[in-house]
Amino acid sequence: MEGDIANLGQFIGAGLAGMGAGVAALGVGNVAGNYLAGALRNPSAAASQTATLFIGIAFAEALGIFSFLVALLLMFAV
Amino acid sequence: MATDTGEGSGLVFHPMDQFIVKPLFGDGPVHWYTITNVTLWMAIGVLGIAAMLILGTSRRAIVPSRTQSIGELAYGFVHKMVEDVAGKDALKYFPYIMTLFMFIVFANFLGLIPMAYTTTSQIAVTAILALGVFLGVTILGFVKNGSKFLGLFWVTEAPLAIRPVLAVIELISYFVRPVSHSIRLAGNMTAGHAVLKVFAGFGQVTAIAPLSILAVTAIYGLEVLVAFIQAYVFTILTCVYLKDALHPSH
Repeated sequence: MEGDIANLGQFIGAGLAGMGAGVAALGVGNVAGNYLAGALRNPSAAASQTATLFIGIAFAEALGIFSFLVALLLMFAV
Repeated sequence: MATDTGEGSGLVFHPMDQFIVKPLFGDGPVHWYTITNVTLWMAIGVLGIAAMLILGTSRRAIVPSRTQSIGELAYGFVHKMVEDVAGKDALKYFPYIMTLFMFIVFANFLGLIPMAYTTTSQIAVTAILALGVFLGVTILGFVKNGSKFLGLFWVTEAPLAIRPVLAVIELISYFVRPVSHSIRLAGNMTAGHAVLKVFAGFGQVTAIAPLSILAVTAIYGLEVLVAFIQAYVFTILTCVYLKDALHPSH
């Protein structure tokens, strides 16, 4: 074992920030699942809502990407 | 990228090494005018777009060649997206949005070639694109609507008591737009390519090498999808912001 307590905190923090990506996956799955449920109820309206689907996925995913970025900054920049 | 073997004893590489900006000639410091690998791959992207759209469609064949039909498909796709999301009066700004889409889609797909550089994984590249959209849309909103553009932050449907609170939230979310717009693209590209390298790194352990190659193949397929979807998302969000600028009332 080598390194100091600051590195330890850095790596633990990066791991904790990585958990955010998993939570964002829940959000993206929620968006896509609800879209599918709606699309199966009314398939004729599904095609017109794909743009909304992708916008929703993009917004949900952005926050997961932020946490990934925090993890990257902790690992390589701080 | 599994075949990316290092010299000497085994595969020793860092998953983030692929994002290092290097000068193309010699190894001096990187200035703003230095020709780097990022410059090279952006130039290849622009030349590719020109070759596809100008040379591909120059014959204007009635029965299109493969290149021409891909160019026509891309044009029709973006045209329909602008019309559907931002409205008919936004078609004036279609050339800008088409340029953005083609540049990002080419940068993303060229980055998928092994040993290529993904220019959209650099936050500097995507931040310039997003800032261009943000400034352009804000200026356009004030030019088109004057002070009525501020109605975007003053939600008249809400009760008067909570309107100031909503105004603060709307203001913050408006200024976070360029940040999330650029980091979404750069983050997705960085994350995907880093994961590819991490799984390629598992290939140096003989016992799990076949599994690692399978995983790299599967993630590569996912990355092809992500490369297109992120270009699509960037463009469609530009259309949404453009719609806000042209019709600021909620």
